[in-house]
Formats: sequence, structure tokens, C-alpha cells
Amino acid sequence: MKRINTVETKDIAKTANNGGCGECQTSCQSACKTSCGVANQQCENQNK
Amino acid sequence: MVHQYKLNGYNIVLDTASGSVHTVDEVAYDIIAMYKSHSQEDIVAEIMKKYGHLDDVNEGEIVECIEDIRSLEAAGKLFSTDMYESLATNYKNNSKVVKALCLHVAHTCNLNCSYCFASQGKYQGDRALMSFEVGKRALDFLMENSGTRRNLEVDFFGGEPSLNFDVVKRLVEYAREVEGARGKNFRFTYTTNGMILTDEMIEFLNKECHNVVLSLDGRKEVNDHFRVDYTGKGSYDTIVPNFKKLVDSRGGKGYYVRGTYTHNNVDFTNDIFHMADLGFTELSMEPVVCPPGDPYALTEEDLPKLFEQYEILAKEMIKRKREGRPFTFYHYMLDLKHGPCIYKRITGCGSGTEYMAVTPWGDLYPCHQFVGDDKYLLGNIFDGIKNTEVQDEFRSCNAYAREECKGCWAQLYCSGGCAANSYHATGSIGGVYKYGCELFKKRMECAVMLQIADNEE
Repeated sequence: MKRINTVETKDIAKTANNGGCGECQTSCQSACKTSCGVANQQCENQNK
Repeated sequence: MVHQYKLNGYNIVLDTASGSVHTVDEVAYDIIAMYKSHSQEDIVAEIMKKYGHLDDVNEGEIVECIEDIRSLEAAGKLFSTDMYESLATNYKNNSKVVKALCLHVAHTCNLNCSYCFASQGKYQGDRALMSFEVGKRALDFLMENSGTRRNLEVDFFGGEPSLNFDVVKRLVEYAREVEGARGKNFRFTYTTNGMILTDEMIEFLNKECHNVVLSLDGRKEVNDHFRVDYTGKGSYDTIVPNFKKLVDSRGGKGYYVRGTYTHNNVDFTNDIFHMADLGFTELSMEPVVCPPGDPYALTEEDLPKLFEQYEILAKEMIKRKREGRPFTFYHYMLDLKHGPCIYKRITGCGSGTEYMAVTPWGDLYPCHQFVGDDKYLLGNIFDGIKNTEVQDEFRSCNAYAREECKGCWAQLYCSGGCAANSYHATGSIGGVYKYGCELFKKRMECAVMLQIADNEE
């Protein structure tokens, strides 16, 4: 596309089917301890 | 939902429900903004009026761009629909596992920081140390209640956990003894102020801990304003050499040098850059959590300055990466290709359900920030959860639980925010800490921009 560049990203909608294994880190356990963000968490699903 | 913004020379378009990210030129940026509310004829007319003088803008070009947008819409990458709300409720109702504990091994501290949310480690109570027996029972409680989850997280927290290091060591030894046979993998985090880290402690932490969080507020004068011992002496000169020694011998394992900024250092990027200049590369800096009346509380007037700071930080990170001296900032660590699934994005932080804090005597609270608040006592590690009413309240926290989040583009990035922040700001975990939302949104805008800049390199 001439005017639009789409960055390669994970298709979130698809993960509704194969996500939710729960093996990922609890959001605020890692560094912040005083706020919540989920977008910067790593996915640990072995079958993704 | 589509969110558009301009930052650092990029025109960025986020499609939040699909997680898609687009960079566009000025013409496409304006067309996308009009796409849902204007007819094609109106869009062509408006764009021609604004950009018709440019060589590459004519009616055919504009229609082509509209068709591109239409094809992205058809592919579910633009104007996609968020249909995840029921998933959030069902997932949390069906998942009863506990997978992370914050072990308060020491409700006491060798620093006397006046801004400490834990009231110098005592959490509004008496000083106390966790016994090995209580800690062991907490690890057993976690394993018993973790279902099929393999990765279990335990954070040694305080106060200052180094004041009870022997128990920490014995608990890790116990976990390592039993984890294999029980199909578990313990990941330990150790959060320390660094005051009494010995070589032996460092060696142990670097061997056993998946992550260490090292508390440092940045520049010496900033750090030593709050982070002082009981004689009032600043901690900087003691902790920085200890942290350097720990990080230098960590062998690439995870760590964060983590600071808190307040109204006193609204120019907090100078503290982050100072940490980076000291040689630390994994950095985190959080806004202070305190009542609004405190003299160091962040103010409305601070907010635009803080926005600017987050932009300065992102731009400096790009610059330093190009110069071959990169560092990471916790809130900017987006992985657009391999990031969290939709379940993670909508179910919140897990406090009170899959994550809890354990006091030195074994009481359970929804997270470390609720410890000492009797209303939020959930139960204990011996008898389990008794206060199911409060736990259900936390179970109902998700990205869709708050009216204020409806229509917010960042909903699937923050998942509804921090329950403790909501509680402290509004008196209810179902409330919204709006100040925190503004900071969060700014951080996400910067984080996405950084990813785009990275992709271009």
C-alpha cells in the first residue's frame, strides 16, 4: 500500500482460540509493583 | 477501536481489537480519521481541499487509499470489533489457580524512606520476620493451588528481605528439592534496597533468582532525598557499588534497577539516564503511590511535564541504541509479534485470584499493596481463602469491568489498571485512577513508536 505501512504484529483475535494457557508472568510481579500493564508481558505458550 | 496519534515524526494508527499497528502518511492519516463518519465523496473533497496542491494527491489516489483502508478493514486489521468481553468473565470464573505469591519475608527495613507505601516495611503493623515453616507452607499452598500451571512465581519482598536471608535461602532450597517431582518450575524474584548485599548473597541471588529488582531512584541527590537510613544518611553510596557488583556478575540473567519518581523529580528522565550512565541497562521507573495531599505527590500541573519526559525518554533510547549503548525501560518493552494473548490482555493483573501476598505470619491479601488493610484480608495459607466475597470482587476485575474504560483505546494494553491504584484514588477497586491512566496511555504511545522506530533500523 502506498500510503499505509502495516507493522507485523500478533493477531490478537486468533489468540482467542489457542491462548489462555496462563503460564505467563503475573503482570506486576516483575518490576513495577505499583501499576498494571499487560501489553509488555511475554507470551509463554508452548503451543502458540 | 482505532487510535491515531503523531509522535516523533510518525503518524501512527492502532487498531486495538486486532493489535494491528500502521504507520501512514498525512493523507492516509486524515482519511482514516474521516473514514467512518464521512462519505467517500466528502472525504475526496476534504482531502483535495487540504492536500490537492501536492503532486501525488489527486482524486484517483485518494480513492485508492480509501480502498486500501477498506481492504484492511475486511482483513480485520482496521476498525475491527472487540468481541472479547464474555471471554474475560468466563476465563476468570473458570480459572481458580494461584500461580504467584509475594512473600513478605521481612516486615522490617534497614531504610527509613518516608514515601514508602509499606510504612518502612511494617505495613501499618508490627515489625516481623517470616519463619521457615510459614514460608514452606506458603510454597506448598502455591503448589497445591496451582493446578496444571508449571511456572510459579515467588517474589521475596518486604520491607527488606535481606534481613531474613537465611529463610530465603532455605525456602529456595526447599522449592528446588520438590519442584521437579511436582511438575513445577519456580521463578524467584528478589526485591532489595541493596544496603546489606554481601558477596555470598549476590552469588546466591544470581544463581537462583530469575529476576532481581534493585531499588535506586537515580541521581544521588534524588535517591538520598527519600532513601535514607534511620540516622538520615543517604543510601546511594552504599547501594550503587553493591548493585554494580550484582549486575556485573549476573551473567545476563534478568534484573531491573527500579526507581520511584515524585513531584520532587518531575524531570525523572535524568534519573533514568543516570542509571544508564552507571552501566545499568534494564531500568524501571514508577510514579509514586501516595495520598494526594502529600508534599511529594504528583500534581495536575506535573502531568504535561511528565508526558514530555516520557517522549524525551523514548527519543533518547532511540539515540542511544543507534550509538551502541542501548538500555531498556520496563514500560516500553512491547513485543508486537510475540506479546500477550487476548486472555492476558483482558483479565487484568490477577491480584486476589492468581496472585496474592503472604504476610510473615501467613495471612493472604490480594496483593502487596493491600497488606495491613483488614477489609482485604482474604484468609491464610493454612486454612485457605475464607473471604470469598472480597476475592469475587477481585475476580470481577477485568478490562471491561469499569465504565470509564469503555471507549478507551488503551483498554487491551492495561487490562483495566491496577486495583490498588484504583482503591487508593477512589476508595474502590472498581474505580479508575485517572492520573495513572493518562501516564499509562502516554507510555504506550511512546512504546509503540519505539517499536516502529526499531523496525525501521
